[in-house]
Formats: sequence, C-alpha cells, structure tokens
Amino acid sequence: MSHVAVFRATLKRELKLLARQKADWVNPLLFFIIILTLFPLGVGAKPNLLREIAPGVIWIAALLSVLLGAERQFRQDYRDGVLEQLVAARAPLLGYSLAKIAAGWISSGLPLILVSPLLALFLGLSAEALLAVVLTLLLGTPLLSLLSALGAALTLSADKGGILLALVILPLYIPLLIFASAAVEQAGFGLNYQAQLAVLAAMLCVASALVPIAVQKALKLNVG
Amino acid sequence: MLLSARQLSCVRQDRVLFEQLDLQLHAGEVLQIAGKNGAGKSSLLRILSGLSEPEDGEVCYQQLPLAQSADDYADNLCFIGHLAGVQPQLTALENLQFWRACFALKSADDWALLATLGLAGLEDIPCQQLSAGQQRRVSLARLWLTSAQIWILDEPFTALDQSAIAGLTARIAAHCSQGGAVLLTSHQPVEIPGYAVREFMLEYRW
Repeated sequence: MSHVAVFRATLKRELKLLARQKADWVNPLLFFIIILTLFPLGVGAKPNLLREIAPGVIWIAALLSVLLGAERQFRQDYRDGVLEQLVAARAPLLGYSLAKIAAGWISSGLPLILVSPLLALFLGLSAEALLAVVLTLLLGTPLLSLLSALGAALTLSADKGGILLALVILPLYIPLLIFASAAVEQAGFGLNYQAQLAVLAAMLCVASALVPIAVQKALKLNVG
Repeated sequence: MLLSARQLSCVRQDRVLFEQLDLQLHAGEVLQIAGKNGAGKSSLLRILSGLSEPEDGEVCYQQLPLAQSADDYADNLCFIGHLAGVQPQLTALENLQFWRACFALKSADDWALLATLGLAGLEDIPCQQLSAGQQRRVSLARLWLTSAQIWILDEPFTALDQSAIAGLTARIAAHCSQGGAVLLTSHQPVEIPGYAVREFMLEYRW
C-alpha cells in the first residue's frame, strides 16, 4: 500500500475516465476559446486596446476555465463511497490526491497551454508576448490545478459547493494573476520578465509541497 | 476479543441516537446490528470503523484504543458502507484493479472471481450499465480478495438475489471459520450456515 502504487493506480484510473468522459476536458477548453474569441468581437476593431488588455484577458479566462472543472474533481468518488472506503482503510490518500491533481492539470491546464499560441494571435500579441503566455501558463496552470483541488476538497460535503468553491479559491488566484499578466505585459514591451517567472515558479514550488497535504486532510475531514 | 466499544454515545442533529452503548466482537463471530430505520446503525458502524468520532466513549481494537492502534486496525479492517464504492464509469475489472492498489488485496484471477459472483460476460461493461444487485456484487468482490480479519458491512444483502445471498453467507462462514469476525446490519434475519448470528438490538430513541 505504498503512495507510489496508489498514485499510479489512481492516475491510470483518472486517465481512463478522461478518455471515457470527454466533456470533462473538452468543456473547459471550449469555454476558454469562446471567452477569448468574444473579446475581440466585443471590443471591436481596436488592435492597440486589445493588445493592452490581452495579458489580463487570457489569464482571467484561464482561471475561470480551470475553476469550471474543479468542482467535479472529488465529488463523484465522494458520492459513490470510494473516498469513504479509502479513508476507512487508511489508504495513502497523499498518492490519491497527487494523482487527482495531476489528472486535473492534464484535463484542464494542459489543453489551455496547447491552444494558447493560436488564441494569442486573435488578440494581436507579439511573438515575445506569445512566448511569455506559454511560459506563464506552463508554470501557472499547475498552480491553478493545485489550488482548485484544495477548494474542491474543502467544499466537498457542502451542498451547492460550486459557488462556495469559487468564493474560496478566486482570492487565492490573485497573486498568480498579478505576476502572470505582468510577465506577459513586460514581454509585450520587449522587457525582461524573468523575475515574474521566478516568482511564479516559487509559488508553484510552495504550493506543490503544501497543497497535497492540505487536500488529504480536507478529504479526511469531509468523509469523517 | 477483537473489537470492543465502551460507553459509546452518538448525537446527530440534536438527537441522541444511542448512549452508553457497550459492544464486543470476538474472533469467529457474526454480529448483526438490528434496529429501525434511523436508529443509528450506520452511524454506529462508521464510529466502529474509525470513520467518525463518537460523542463520548471509546473504541478499542485488541484492547488498545483506536488512537493508538488505528494503523493496525485499518490494515485488518474491510469496511463496505451502504454506498457501494464502485466507480460507475469503470468496468468491474478496472474497479478491482484500483482497489487492489489501494487496499492491498490478494492477487487472484479476477475473471474467475467475477464469474463465481455471477458476473461472467459483464466484466468489461461500465458498472453504471449493471443492475443495482450486480453493482453490489462487484462491490462485495472485495470480500473474496481481502485478508482483513474484521469485516464491517452496512446492509450487504441489499438488492441481492437468493443465489448471491447464499454465496455471500457461504463466504462469511468461511471467513469466520478462519478466525475472522463480521459485523453487519440487515433488516432481514441473517442465517450463516454453521454459525449462530448474535443479534444486537439498537432501540430507536426520540
């Protein structure tokens, strides 16, 4: 019953589920694409204005689309009694939580990174800014997945947990939003944005060390 | 004495479900908790399995309070609550594979096991397409793979047909003959071939 074995088994199981329930990863992706295509339509033919607001727009769209899939993360296992049995058997929940977070990132973070270069073109971003978008998403989306897993675990047993989850988690996204959009903005001006990337990397390191432990505790509390 | 509870009390929504409850479970014994709907059977099982804390009193595993023996206890416990614990989009085989990693189950021929449970031909169909009784059978398949000594089963006979009930009681009898102990709830009288089932009545309180 090692953490590694449980991590592997859970990750395999989650990937199978993602292959079977395509809506879980297609919906957040479509949501992201739709928000980003609505902006040029809403703002109109003002390429300079679009380029100015693009960093914030891309990042807010990313936050919301990751949040969209977050609520479902542990809900089904909670309703079916899978979590209850894992807690009763004192199975290594850390491995389970880590695998859930990894699968959450694969379903809602990774697709965003893959389509982001295309979408940045809609908003008229330069090549440098485009690279910055991809780099900040690479560092930022795992952080989004970690925090949304924490929110999902905390609000697991609450009725109508969805809106509560958004209220708990969105404030935690603020630092990420500030540094990530600042990095893209700097890149747009041709300036160096390594400092912002370093801050994002530091936040990711802290969160990946601490959040899985918190998720594990929150799951236990909600089941007990 | 494998498991004992001393002076347990449980309060749910300002209603006392039970108080000063004493209970013992010995090796080789089947104990049935009986009582009306809402009497607190499931709450009692959750407390005894260490999932929730009693309002008062303590649960001991091999004379040690759970606070000290929780890890040992969890290794020797197979808990199946009234929720089956079956992930509906996965097939019976995939559910078993996941449980094997999480609960340290014996490796065995899953196909043969599912066939003895009457699920031959349904091994690779998502469980949501199975009937309630068939899903229950998938969930109970864990009992054929676990090496845990204490089983705590909440309404294991729900939705099962006669042949499945016979299979399950035979499995419980085999488990008891090897020194295991079973704690279960059921609204029907439980007959285990070769074993006297001790009944523990939980009164419904206002």
